[in-house]
Amino acid sequence: MNFLHNLEVALNGLRANKMRSFLTMLGIIIGVAAVIIMISLGQGASKRITSQIASMGSNLLLVFPGAGQGPVRGASGSVNTLTLEDAEAIAGLSMVAHVAPELPASGTLSYGSQTWTARVVGTTPEMQVIKDWPVSAGSFFSGDDVRSAAMVAVLGKTVVDNLFLPGTNPVGSTIRINKLPFTVVGVLSSRGASMGGQDQDDVVYIPVSTAQKRLLGVNHVGLINVQAETPESMAFVQSSIESLLRERHRLTGSGSDDFSVRNLTSVLETAENTTAIMTLLLASVAAVSLLVGGIGTMNIMLVSVTERTREIGLRMAVGATESNIRNQFLVEALVLCLIGGVAGILVGIVGSRVISKAFGWPAYVTLSSILLSAGFSAAVGIFFGYYPARRAAGLDPIEALRFER
Amino acid sequence: MAGKPAIVLENITKIYHMGETRVIALKGINLTVQEGEMVAVMGPSGSGKSTLLNILGCLDRPTGGTYYLGGEDVSRLNKNQLALIRNKRIGFVFQSFNLLGRFPVLANVQLPLVYAGVGKKEMVERAKEALDWVGMSRYAHHYPGQLSGGQQQRVAIARALVNDPSIILADEPTGALDSRTSIEIISVIQRLNMEKGITVVMVTHEKDIALYCRRLVNMRDGCILSDAPVENPGNASDDLAAIPEEMGVPA
Repeated sequence: MNFLHNLEVALNGLRANKMRSFLTMLGIIIGVAAVIIMISLGQGASKRITSQIASMGSNLLLVFPGAGQGPVRGASGSVNTLTLEDAEAIAGLSMVAHVAPELPASGTLSYGSQTWTARVVGTTPEMQVIKDWPVSAGSFFSGDDVRSAAMVAVLGKTVVDNLFLPGTNPVGSTIRINKLPFTVVGVLSSRGASMGGQDQDDVVYIPVSTAQKRLLGVNHVGLINVQAETPESMAFVQSSIESLLRERHRLTGSGSDDFSVRNLTSVLETAENTTAIMTLLLASVAAVSLLVGGIGTMNIMLVSVTERTREIGLRMAVGATESNIRNQFLVEALVLCLIGGVAGILVGIVGSRVISKAFGWPAYVTLSSILLSAGFSAAVGIFFGYYPARRAAGLDPIEALRFER
Repeated sequence: MAGKPAIVLENITKIYHMGETRVIALKGINLTVQEGEMVAVMGPSGSGKSTLLNILGCLDRPTGGTYYLGGEDVSRLNKNQLALIRNKRIGFVFQSFNLLGRFPVLANVQLPLVYAGVGKKEMVERAKEALDWVGMSRYAHHYPGQLSGGQQQRVAIARALVNDPSIILADEPTGALDSRTSIEIISVIQRLNMEKGITVVMVTHEKDIALYCRRLVNMRDGCILSDAPVENPGNASDDLAAIPEEMGVPA
């Protein structure tokens, strides 16, 4: 009964000062919406990274040629320390699930009058398994194609879109890569952009032997993808690869490695952690604005208590206890913050959709972010409503009745 | 005038501390008011009459002495207990009405019942009854700002009696009203006293208003100067009939 009365009084008070109530709520609305938008953008970024980790292949180690930290893909032309035989030897290690060498080359593709430049990568069929990348038509080339250095190619979606007319099935057609004829045996399903915006579908896979002998005339490979059987075995596999390659490359105790093994999953996990920290940071900044909104609420509640000093005195005279008065003002602050909170949630949901559409960033509004900000706004209401409410309850009824505005 | 005492004050003192200075507002007041009495308290400002009324109304506690309200010692109760006493047994009427402008008349009259925890239906019923009694039932849904001073004071009286109090304390109830309206309000308070048997203690500084009460207490410097029955107290409704109707103020 008393709660209903308090609610009625609170709503009446808010209605009596519409503009003031709205401006006070605006502080809460902006704060709550900001928290939701920041968290949903952060969630979007982190989900994208997670899906990229999955698309890279899980439990993945990359073996690069060259020493130390430095070598990246660009160095693969100049540092030629990894061979197909190294890859085969790594495949024989325990806890290794799959091994796929990669030899990158850029190539000019042509079909009929259409030409297109794409990444051409020599590899083995294991690549498809590691990347867990299904074909949408035809099939990936086989181990036999690798052994015979067959002139076959598997195309990414972007390549197909740029070489072939829409609706045609490229499987069985012959395209030219750097003027050499290749038969298309398969088309990969679409993967979209990688982290950093590279189009993963703008790729052509050919047998690694074909790339070595026919296209580039080399004996080395650019890098070796190694998939460990379990996440726990990755450190073990990494050290096994290191000692195996040192032995195979005849490196003695003091000689430095002419290769490097990198755990790309952990790199991406670091990226994910960074995103999480950024999200936390942005959400904290947003939470500060919610705090400012709360202070605005407290300010208005204090004004409201002063304005209604006589009312408080009268209520006390007719029998309101201190806790009756305190609850009345607490409910008022809470109603203010909860209405602001609900409006803020709506603005936040709409806002993150709009930002996501406008900038092409993925955004996920999660239930937890909604609950978090709703709970936070209620907490702000209670926290910042408490002091004014206590002040109202502590008024002396005689003084309050005598109060002149 | 026989009956049980409604109010017994024994050697009541009240001392205020204002920084360094001590102000002795009441210097040992002894006063007994029987049930059904109608007492006027007069005195210049600073005589302690407001302090006395605050203590009688349980808005304030005496520094010393004992206050029995309906036989119960209320001088040492805590704030919550005092709030309960005010809610159940005391009705207040103020000079400035103290109606809540944001709420309609009916809600204003209901206010004491809200804190008594009365159910919604009974609350409305009793508030309407009280409004009816002061002749204001057709204004139930008006706002105080739409009413004249006399009408507002009637509403305030309805609020004071809605909880069936045993005493009503009126602090200059006619102080803000013209003389005809003053007599109207006094007639309502007299009816309250006679028909409902509610004990009334009224502070006023208008002698002619005080003479409508049956007993007159004069105060000065925190003491009771004189305390005597009023001979031939006035009857407000008779007097009202004698005054020509002016602007058609509703009776």
